[in-house]
Amino acid sequence: MGSYLVRRFLLMVLTLFGMSVLIFVMLRLVPGDISDILVNAAGIADAKEKAKIAHELGIDQPIHVQYAQWIGGLTRGDLGYAYVSERPAIEEIAPRIPISAKLAGMALFFAVLIGVPFGVISAVRQNTGLDYFLRVISLSGLSLPSFWLGLLVLMASVHWFGTIPIYSNEPRSFLQEVALLSIPAAVVGFRSSALIMRLTRSSMLEVLRQDYVRTARSKGASEVSVNYDHALRNALLPVVTIIGIEAAFLVGGLIVTETVFNIPGVARFLVEAILWRDYPIVQNLVMLIAFVVVVVNFLVDMAYMALDPRIKFAE
Amino acid sequence: MAVINHEAELSRAGANITGWWSRILFFTRRYPLGAVGATIVLVFILTAVFANFIAPMDPTATNARASLAPPGGKYLLGADFMGRDMFSRIVFGARISLAVGAGAMGLGALIGISVGLASGYLGGWVDLLVQRLLDIMQSLPLLVMAIVMAAALGPTMRNTIIAIAIPLVPTVARVVRASTLSLREQPFVEAARAVGMGELRIAVRHVLPNTLAPLIVLATAQLGSAILVEASLSFLGLGIPEPYPSWGRMLSESAAEYVRTAPWLVIFPGVAISLTVFGTNLLGDALRDILDPRQRT
Repeated sequence: MGSYLVRRFLLMVLTLFGMSVLIFVMLRLVPGDISDILVNAAGIADAKEKAKIAHELGIDQPIHVQYAQWIGGLTRGDLGYAYVSERPAIEEIAPRIPISAKLAGMALFFAVLIGVPFGVISAVRQNTGLDYFLRVISLSGLSLPSFWLGLLVLMASVHWFGTIPIYSNEPRSFLQEVALLSIPAAVVGFRSSALIMRLTRSSMLEVLRQDYVRTARSKGASEVSVNYDHALRNALLPVVTIIGIEAAFLVGGLIVTETVFNIPGVARFLVEAILWRDYPIVQNLVMLIAFVVVVVNFLVDMAYMALDPRIKFAE
Repeated sequence: MAVINHEAELSRAGANITGWWSRILFFTRRYPLGAVGATIVLVFILTAVFANFIAPMDPTATNARASLAPPGGKYLLGADFMGRDMFSRIVFGARISLAVGAGAMGLGALIGISVGLASGYLGGWVDLLVQRLLDIMQSLPLLVMAIVMAAALGPTMRNTIIAIAIPLVPTVARVVRASTLSLREQPFVEAARAVGMGELRIAVRHVLPNTLAPLIVLATAQLGSAILVEASLSFLGLGIPEPYPSWGRMLSESAAEYVRTAPWLVIFPGVAISLTVFGTNLLGDALRDILDPRQRT
């Protein structure tokens, strides 16, 4: 157990290190850098001026020197300066994290709240009309692009309420903030709820066939008790995994949804920074996302071990 | 090892089945949702292939007088701001979606199969290295990885295909590696070696075909994701460039501005994306039930 944790931890560090090299090299492959964009925007065609900008930003140095500077800064908590705003990258990134985190948290809450119960119902009523209906709904959840779903929601709100729900930076109250975030959160969470529902269903179906469920039923336990107390508990194990993976992978949905709803979170910021070739922002954001994914995967493994005493990792 | 045996399934069902037509009917009755999916995918492919004949107008031809024409009449699904016919653009959009979706899926599968086969069959340090590399690639969500790749490569059609294909590689490689690991211990591999076959030939001729069933299931699912990712990339302005009529790009052009004034610009491209991906998902589910019975639900 102890050595397993150590090995997992070392693997995490190795993965993040690999990601940092990969993203750093990939960004430098981008045709054109920030100095091109700034020069074009300012309408200057002077090569000397351009070289000066490149020098000020430090992008004229060899790539390994730039990498060492970045990683050295990271270990001291210094993320460098954003090219566009010329402010410390941390000041640009940090205030946007809570917004995306709240959105992701609410989306996940919504996904579990919808996904698990409907998955159970679908399994218990296997091959009935209700089951087919729920399966088609969940499959459509995996098929609708979330940015389109977001646009449809905007359209509906224009049609019925005459306005578009606009995100406010300083919500007047906690309730207002929840209300404003809940619609985009539902849009992001719809996909995850579909995934959770499908997995809950197939996992429940497997468990419901087992002997101990029949035993519970034959000793007179009620249908509700059999389904929820006996079956669901064991069926939830694989669901925990998918919830963990979705928690990290929600970022993909956040990117487009924050764009549609104009929410100033980290996910939308990543796209803006990429379009501006703002390397310090992009590489730090990508590392942040990779860090969240890797840590969540680790936590899910731990949760798995805690939930199922049969699982003992080797060594 | 999953052996595809339709004949056994057919005879188990007590059906007296001869010929393709009755076979199709049999599977339609058995997997109605899968048949719906297959039909949608077929329509999608035919639309893409015969776009020239189906579309009534040139999808890039502008017409100032038809700007934002509502659906109906000459413009079946309306016209966009530049007066381009939405129906023709959606028909040609199918071609872009299919080209990028199938291209990314094919390229991702090709790389994934080679990597997975090498990793599982050779083992040792190759396997270790490949596994760590896949770990790194999988530490970013599909869309984030595709966005970074697309930005690094630049916005052309070919680069969009590559940008979507690379993030698809790890899943394929892992599936192929897992089946290869168990297959290479099978007696038939040993027999092939005993009769003097080369290792590469064994891997490609004997091991690979036996990994096909889960691969086909995975590939169908990935076709759907590839189409969705293309739409998202183009929506964000990082995918297919103008003047190609990409469904995702059509939504980014029309996005929030036209939600009020021209809802048809928002509705129809989205319906096209959703329906196509829905079809591949339905088909994928049915294929999983048929080809990979261990996962049957």
